[in-house]
Formats: sequence, C-alpha cells, structure tokens
Amino acid sequence: MATAVPARETPLDRLDAIVELSDSALTASAPAVADELLAIGEETLERWLVAHGRTPTDATVEGFRLLALHRSAARGDPSFNACRETCRELVYARNCIHATRTSHDAARRLRLAAMVARHLILFIDGKLEVAGLGEFCCSSRPLRLHEPVAAGGH
Amino acid sequence: MASKHKRVAYYPGCALEGTGHAYDRSTKALGKALDLDLVTLKNWNCCGAMEVKNVDPKLQTYLSARNLSIAEDMGFHTVMAPCNGCYHNLKKAEYDLANDEASRELNARLSTKAGHKTYQAGKVETIHALDWIKDAIGEDGLRARVKNGLKGLKVANYYGCMYTRPRHIFPEKDRGPESESTSKPHFMDDLLAAAGAENVEYPLKTACCGGAHTLSDSDTSTKLVLNLLTTAEACGADVIATECPTCHTGLEMHQKRAETVFGKKTTVKILYFTQLLGMALGLSARKVGVHENLSDSRGLLLERGLQ
Repeated sequence: MATAVPARETPLDRLDAIVELSDSALTASAPAVADELLAIGEETLERWLVAHGRTPTDATVEGFRLLALHRSAARGDPSFNACRETCRELVYARNCIHATRTSHDAARRLRLAAMVARHLILFIDGKLEVAGLGEFCCSSRPLRLHEPVAAGGH
Repeated sequence: MASKHKRVAYYPGCALEGTGHAYDRSTKALGKALDLDLVTLKNWNCCGAMEVKNVDPKLQTYLSARNLSIAEDMGFHTVMAPCNGCYHNLKKAEYDLANDEASRELNARLSTKAGHKTYQAGKVETIHALDWIKDAIGEDGLRARVKNGLKGLKVANYYGCMYTRPRHIFPEKDRGPESESTSKPHFMDDLLAAAGAENVEYPLKTACCGGAHTLSDSDTSTKLVLNLLTTAEACGADVIATECPTCHTGLEMHQKRAETVFGKKTTVKILYFTQLLGMALGLSARKVGVHENLSDSRGLLLERGLQ
C-alpha cells in the first residue's frame, strides 16, 4: 500500500514528515505508515551492524526482523539493550495499528510511534558517534567544532 | 507481606547527597509521613557506579557488596536504594556473588584486607523506592491516606533504562500481574494513580536518557532528552514523574540546554514520584524539596492546589 508520506532524504526527515501529516492522511494509510516506521527501525539497526563489519540478519524473532536485528546487535554489548524496549514499542505500535486499522486513534498512535523511532535513531547514532563510527547529527557539528551555528538549525 | 518493608536499611548513594538531594529529602519526608522507618547505612561507600564498573567490574561488585555487608551487620535483611544506578549495582553484585566464583574470591580477598565481614549472596535483599512504597503501603494504603489528591494531573511515568535491565539480575520481576514488569514497568503508574494522578500512555518510559553521555557528548544527551520531553507533551502530560536522580537531573539540565543551544522550548514539568506522593499526602512543596529542582513547577502546583 502506498503511503502519503512525502519522500525525504534522511530517516529523521521522514519521521518529521510523518508527524506533520494530517490526521486524515495518517488514518487513510495507517498500516503502511506503521510498516514504514518499522522499516526505518530496521535500517537504523542495519547501519549499526554494518558499521561494525557485521552482516545484518534476515531472520525474525517473534515474527519481526527488527527484533532479530536488535538481538544480533546486542550480542556482546549489553548496553545495547537500553534500546530493546524501544524496538519492542515500535513492534507494539505496528501491531496495534494493524489490529485496529482505521481507528480514530490511529493518527495519534502513529505520531507517537514516529517519536519512538526517532529515539531509536538518536540512541544508535549517538553510540556510533561515541564509537567513532559515524556522525550523530550534522547540525551539532558546528557546536562541537566551535563553528558558527546556522540560524534555524535544530 | 505488607509489614516486611516497614523498616529497611537506606542506601542513598552519592547522587542523593548532591544533584539528587531533592529525591533524598522527599524520600525521607514520604517515609516519615507514611510511618515507615528508614535507617541510613553507616559509613556507606560508592556503589561503583559507571566509573568503577567500566574500569573493573569485579571491583564494583566488591564496593556494592561492602554496602550489603554493612546492612547485614546492622541487622537488616532489606536495603532500599532509590537511585536506579545504585539499585542496579547492588542487584548485580548479588547476582555475581551468587553465580561467579572469581567475584566471590575478589570480594573475600578485599573484604579481608579491609577488615570487614565478607558478604555472602542471599543475606540481604535490595529493593527500589518503588518496591518499598508498593510493598509497605500499597495502593489501598495510599488511597486511604491521600489528603491532597493529584486529580487532573496528567503524568508520564519515566523509569529510565537501568531500572529493569539486565533482566537476569531481577529474578523477582516478570512474575505475573502483581510483580513489576521489565518490558512495561507499572509500579510508579500504580502508586501515582492511587494518589489520584491520571497516567498518560508514554511509549518511552524505559528509553535511554543519554545519562552516560551527558559530559562526553552533551549533544547526544540533549537530543535524546528533547525527544523524551516532546513525546511526553504529545502524550498530553503536564508532568514527567521520575524515580532516578541521574535521569531526573538529565531531563532538567537538557530541557534548559535544548532551549539555549537548539532553540527548542518544552514546558512539561519534571518531578520525582516521591515529591508527587508527598504532596498528595498533604506535605508542602518545600517539605519535599520542589524548590531544589531545576525544573520550576511551582506555577503548575499552585494552579492544582498542591503548594
């Protein structure tokens, strides 16, 4: 099912686009948006695994690849379990949306799920940066490098 | 069961003597208001926190075991630690001493060298402040004592990521509806609901606040906290209730930093659950240390008749 979410460059921008959609647009394509949020979560964990020279699994845990990717990523790194429930919340939100479809509550649930997905991205990108394996946020780079901050940066 | 935790040893830990002083003040005030007896451990030491654990995990086990040994010497079977980090470390020490011979050997060697009794696993139970109130008073007991209900106050309960992780060191959790859940904790929700609060569904209740990065990479922490705050507001919360001094301080500091550095203002208030329960029991905001918080919630409390 096609979603009403406009194409955006980064996962965080895609999440912003989802949050900004109208209630009617979100409700109309609720299951597809929920699946997209799950896919964003999977991409985020894939990025962590690839950065560590590991191959992301295609397996599933409890029917979800996101949970299998989390289990794989947490192997040997107990602190990674700090995002275990964040992943499970995304799965829970997806299941609620698929179970209720066009419920009046779908838009609110999707916006909250987008915020959960954002937390996952922030957590993992933060860990990547601490590990020296990636850039957490291009807008914070000037602050760290003592460069002038552009107006309107987030 | 209900009387088991009426009198417990109290391990405040370092944070509650510093940035988390309001938590220490409100915990003691709440205990007094509920006729619960908290006896502070004599000559306690750091639990090993993150710093020692990162250098030598077994040394952290010894440091926590020494605190458990003091509790045992003082005649207690239960020690209550309100800080998630301390709670986690005491529980982890208990687990390691029960399951790891190398930890037992190091603990015995260092205890002997330090000249105190070697703690043996199974002698002292560690509980959190949430377990303490839930077990010693319970929801019905709270309801009966509430004078100044939190009715109409919308609360997002934030437990942080250390309260339930790793699951194997909390064998008492996930044992049915009456026990705490590691995937969806509810003890704070239960207690605040009994005091009249309206809990909102908050999907980030166990998410990371970035506490470990707060000095090494403040931007990471600010981004994580900002997302916790905006999500709580999207859930309709007036207040985020906390039960960990590190999470609480992080939320407060980075709420201000998000505004000054990133220009993102949020208005949700941050209060310890002990402060909310204390005020529901009729204690003044000052008595539970609201003036010590960085997050200024006095306007909201005045509006709700909780000053």
